[in-house]
Amino acid sequence: MPPRRVVIRNQSAEANLFARRTFIAFAGVVLVLLILFGNVYNLQVESFEKYQTRSNSNRIKLLAVAPNRGLIYDRNGVLLADNKPVYSLEVIAEDVEDITSSIIQVSQLLDISPDRQSKFFKSMKRKRRFKPVELHSRLSDQQVALFSVNQHKFPGIFVSARLKRNYPFSDLTTHSLGYVARINRKDANRLAREDKSENYAATYAIGKRGIEKYYENMLHGTIGHQEVEINNQGRVIRTLSYTPPVPGKDLTLTLDIELQMIAKRALSGKRGAIVAMDPRTGGILAMYSNPSYDGNLFVHGISTKNYKKLLDSKDLPLINRSVQSGYPPASTVKPFLALTGLEENIVTPSTTINDRGWYQLKGLPNKYRDWKPWGHGKVDLVRAIEQSCNIYFYDLAFKLGITKISTMMERFGFGDYTGIDIHEENKAIMPSVAWKRERFNQSWYTGETLSVGIGQSFWTVTPLQLTQALTTLVNHGERKVPHLLKAKSELIIESSGKTTHQNTPIIYEPRAPLKLKDDSHWNVVLEAMHSTVQKFGATAHKPFKGTTYDASGKTGSAQVARLKQGEEYDAKTTSENQRDNAMFIAFAPFDKPEIVVAVAIENVAKGGGATNAAPVARQIMDQYFGDRVITSQAHKVNISAKANKKVSSPIATTPQEAD
Amino acid sequence: MRSSGQEEQQNNTFWQRLHIDVPLLLGILVLLFLGLFIVYSAGGQETAVVYRKARSIGVALFGMFLVAQIPPLVYRKWAVPVFVLGLLMLVGVLLFGHVGKGAQRWLDLGFIKFQPSEIMKLIVPIMIAWFVSQDNLPVKISTVILAFILVLLPTLLIANQPDLGTSLLIASSGIFVIFLAGASWKLIGVCVGLASAFVPVLWMFLMKPYQKQRVLTFLNPEQDPLGSGYHIIQSKIAIGSGGIEGKGWLQGTQSQLEFLPERHTDFIFSVFSEEFGLIGVAALLSVYLFVVMRGLWIAVNAQHAFTKLLAGSLTLTFFVYVFVNIGMVSGLLPVVGVPLPLVSYGGTSMVTLMLGFGILMAISTHRRFHV
Repeated sequence: MPPRRVVIRNQSAEANLFARRTFIAFAGVVLVLLILFGNVYNLQVESFEKYQTRSNSNRIKLLAVAPNRGLIYDRNGVLLADNKPVYSLEVIAEDVEDITSSIIQVSQLLDISPDRQSKFFKSMKRKRRFKPVELHSRLSDQQVALFSVNQHKFPGIFVSARLKRNYPFSDLTTHSLGYVARINRKDANRLAREDKSENYAATYAIGKRGIEKYYENMLHGTIGHQEVEINNQGRVIRTLSYTPPVPGKDLTLTLDIELQMIAKRALSGKRGAIVAMDPRTGGILAMYSNPSYDGNLFVHGISTKNYKKLLDSKDLPLINRSVQSGYPPASTVKPFLALTGLEENIVTPSTTINDRGWYQLKGLPNKYRDWKPWGHGKVDLVRAIEQSCNIYFYDLAFKLGITKISTMMERFGFGDYTGIDIHEENKAIMPSVAWKRERFNQSWYTGETLSVGIGQSFWTVTPLQLTQALTTLVNHGERKVPHLLKAKSELIIESSGKTTHQNTPIIYEPRAPLKLKDDSHWNVVLEAMHSTVQKFGATAHKPFKGTTYDASGKTGSAQVARLKQGEEYDAKTTSENQRDNAMFIAFAPFDKPEIVVAVAIENVAKGGGATNAAPVARQIMDQYFGDRVITSQAHKVNISAKANKKVSSPIATTPQEAD
Repeated sequence: MRSSGQEEQQNNTFWQRLHIDVPLLLGILVLLFLGLFIVYSAGGQETAVVYRKARSIGVALFGMFLVAQIPPLVYRKWAVPVFVLGLLMLVGVLLFGHVGKGAQRWLDLGFIKFQPSEIMKLIVPIMIAWFVSQDNLPVKISTVILAFILVLLPTLLIANQPDLGTSLLIASSGIFVIFLAGASWKLIGVCVGLASAFVPVLWMFLMKPYQKQRVLTFLNPEQDPLGSGYHIIQSKIAIGSGGIEGKGWLQGTQSQLEFLPERHTDFIFSVFSEEFGLIGVAALLSVYLFVVMRGLWIAVNAQHAFTKLLAGSLTLTFFVYVFVNIGMVSGLLPVVGVPLPLVSYGGTSMVTLMLGFGILMAISTHRRFHV
């Protein structure tokens, strides 16, 4: 150590200097403390309210609680749409230490496809790190169990349960029920426009088609709220208050699932549709379009492959043929045309013509043929309907002219929406002079009027329109609103806390009736339809042989291919999609009808309405009436010996519950 | 009068023999016990955290007691070699340091892992106090310049780890010595000017991106409320929502529901303000003021320039902790990792602080200290 320098120190001067400096430092300390305190004062006193509000909004969250969607039942209380818990596997990236390896491990454990994994990683990038992202949308019970046992190995990955719509009858009800699916951007925008976004804050799916869409407001219910205290992870610490959601209304439909099943069976392997309606109310008993598809596929988000398959199918399963397909009505509209003839005094029930197998307009070379090459001979109005005589109706249509026809047919609802309670509906076409002018900018030709006379030309109808028109006919002009909804039921919570279901039947105001100058005309036409089925040798006699419910009906076979003059139609040589359509309309019993049915079958291989469509209608009616034996009061009807054996009394009608 | 005075003297003699400064000890104990209660609240009411804190308090008090027994003469004798050893260790950290939390601060000697930068908090004021007390006060400019270089060496080494908080504390401990030693005001003015000019250089070349981000966040925390601004916003919410009376012990929602980050360490003041309000803050600041006053009193009454400077620097550096920590959590200063002294959870910095108080007590009680 070097010898220390000797410093002569001025102890007191040093002490004074140091004391001065220390005092300055102390003054600085006090100043700084005042600044710190002033700042805290500013935060805690001046801005207290601002920070208190922010502190509360930090910790208090209003959690939306989704209401349970209303259930849907058929007319007899069979469940058609319910809500089932579905388990999904979700991941909060923030809580997972090594996201890639965790996902790979859990995927190995639960056998999750690489497809889903890459989808997960894609959507993970788009979401905030502390929001859950779905890895698997539908775990099986085994997968849930397997994961639960191993959950401790995967922090940040969890199973979440959600109620999802389920249609137990799958494709049997899809066209009428429609389906729900994930709320997409378009739906969200619409909800925002209608000011409903708040009510849907916790809702995952929304009605996209059919009843589910039309009655979305009733089915959805009202959102509930849970005010909770949360921590910084967003985890709920405790509930501060709770407003329960109001579940959606349960709906009871007019549909009868057993009739639906018969309809499906009867149409299996065919393209076509059936609509059955109660003419007393307008309630639809059965509405089935074949082929159909499974609405459940859409609930879980349909895969591109499956959707493409449905879209590309030649059989167009996505189309609800009962309301969306316009078919040429063919001879099924002859009763309506006959009624128009009577109403316009063009014909009387006794007006006869002589059918030689063809009809020719004066001065024109074209020959309009009857379906029977040699004609029916002498034909009056009733026989014209029974035998579906084209010549009679060429003549009638010619005499009526297109305007009178279209005016009257529009009063039956042809060419317009029926107003059924689903949005998927087609107006089809009721041609008129004005329509053709607008559509083709062409004038109307008389030859087209003749085709309209046998339900061809531009005229198309939906099976539902036919059912509706027939309902008006059997009701002697009383017009009903076709509908699927029978009743709604809502949960009433009394102040005592007791809950009851209040069932309210839906009342449909009938439309303005169709009035005829002479009310007896209704019966002329209806009786002609009756004998079409009941009279030996009439066009629809064979398919209804042995039935006990006194059915009436009218057949139709629509030409799809345009035949050239003199050309003969032959199903075997015509390509499949150019073959004739088979049509049939029917109602029963004759007195006080309870059911009207319309059947359309596309491109039948052989025969027409009587051989293809009428048996289908019969199966529906057989199911509807069961063992009931009904005889007409005004007519002698042959009741088969077999039916007589079963039921002792010739008149044994079980009154059906009216809806 | 006389008898009571005698009693007092006897008392003083007893504590003096133990080399304990009673008022200083009382102030320190108040802060330490307050720390226990707040750490319990901030640590999710987990007793294990409190036990650990209590254990380090015990260790620290014992360390303080031991250091207080050492006559200040010893520090002066060992100032140079220890300073050199400290610098070597800092270089060692730079070369073989253990990386933790994104910074290289720890030195692993096989049997023990420690932060040389913590020891430097004591070594630097000792070294500078020794250096400037070689000559008569006030200090000459040449001494100041040399002293600055001595301060700058460890400061830059630590800032490079990077540990902005500690380097700031070490720099200020040296600067306080120079200031107390009577550096001329003109010189101080020039230094402040130079320091301001150095800021852009610091920003452009020396600061790491995360440090720059902290400064940017400090300037405008609301620009990224869920990202880097989150801490400071949540802290201000905690303090502000405490109001005048506070939400009550264990009742602070910001801390109990974990919206506050680093609750039991750097942001413990926010927890305290939320639960005890402005009244609590006033009381806490008063205790700190008391401790600082007592430390400065010891400095003024010390018998030699070296001990005066050392005691003054240690006291003022203690206050820098208070200022930087509270300033940072209440949004006055950018976020630098400085704990609230004696209250925050965290053994290392508390032990260093307590060793510093041990030195203060030694200065206060070893009266017969000759040149």
